[in-house]
Amino acid sequence: MLNRIYDWIDDRMDITPIWRDVADHEVPEHVNPAYHFSAFVYCFGGLTFFIVVIQIISGMFLTMYYVPDIVNAWESVYYLQNEVAAGVIVRGMHHWGASLVVVMIFLHTLRVFFTGAYKAPRELNWVVGVLLFLVILGLAFTGYLLPWDMKALFATRVGLDIAASVPFIGDWIQTLLAGDEEIIGAQTLARFFAIHVFFLPAALFVLMAVHFIMIRRQGIAGPL
Amino acid sequence: MSQKVTRRQFLNYSLMGVGSFMVAGMVLPMGRFAVDPLFQSDAEGSMIQTSISADDITEEPTQVDFSFIQQDGWYESEVTDFAWVYRDGDEIIALSPVCKHLGCTVSWATDDANPERFYCPCHNGLYEKNGNNVPGTPPTGPLDQYEVGVSDGYLTIGQIFPNELV
Repeated sequence: MLNRIYDWIDDRMDITPIWRDVADHEVPEHVNPAYHFSAFVYCFGGLTFFIVVIQIISGMFLTMYYVPDIVNAWESVYYLQNEVAAGVIVRGMHHWGASLVVVMIFLHTLRVFFTGAYKAPRELNWVVGVLLFLVILGLAFTGYLLPWDMKALFATRVGLDIAASVPFIGDWIQTLLAGDEEIIGAQTLARFFAIHVFFLPAALFVLMAVHFIMIRRQGIAGPL
Repeated sequence: MSQKVTRRQFLNYSLMGVGSFMVAGMVLPMGRFAVDPLFQSDAEGSMIQTSISADDITEEPTQVDFSFIQQDGWYESEVTDFAWVYRDGDEIIALSPVCKHLGCTVSWATDDANPERFYCPCHNGLYEKNGNNVPGTPPTGPLDQYEVGVSDGYLTIGQIFPNELV
């Protein structure tokens, strides 16, 4: 039955080449843990992507209850974690996944560095990877404020102070991030929410697409 | 010398011009919208009345609380803050308690080893009485100062500004 549905669609739109191109390609022996167990280090990039997908989906569900407003933010987080069925699991996925993404992307970076996979012709993919790392750090930073508890507030104060220490333009960066020159408040929370949920994910999707297109174009780097 | 504009060039320029206008028409409002906090004029705050009589201020730094209405975008709230206030000759000095290292709250003479200094419990930051940070401790600058005044015998607190005593 499913086969016939697939064939019906394929007859009309020729979708086979599309998914073949995405999914059906050779995995070289030196990156396949089934041949050499130590090749699991080559999985870190894929695992980073896997956790990012979890973050995106769990984050989408969290916004069903979360409100980015200083009066209600903490209450909404408390409610979704303690009153909503499976809330502790969904928030837990997003909370622990956030740290895990940073760990995995760092391990992936180390693997690329120590196997020399960044060398010609893959320099641009390294550059895009570094940008992805920065975007992930930005997501971790902006997401940290959203529960609007004391830890979030003071971590953000420290982060904004660090941003303000940039030479010449530091104060502007701080004001642009916080939405106010001094206060970390209503405008800061709204801004961080917008950056966390719309701006940085948009950048993330574009950079990930470029990252993946390049790795398919250039292929996986050869064995050491 | 007359430079002939071909039909293709003309169309290219026209399309690029119109396209630029359309892009600018979308990007400029959104950009200005996003950077608006940079252009918000500083609200010129008035002096805030405290409940401390100017005569009661001694040379020992004392915590003086003050409250004011804070406007945070659309959110208005009453905020309570405090300053370390002491008398230095004829002058009244009010120092901000916000540590210049990472923003913790400093207090006067709470470290037994430094009875005549401000102390930050977070990372053992130390400041002299005039707010100057003690070298070798984490803070990178002196404590900020508050503008002070006296109204009807009572201390008033104004804007915060970088320390001018050191």
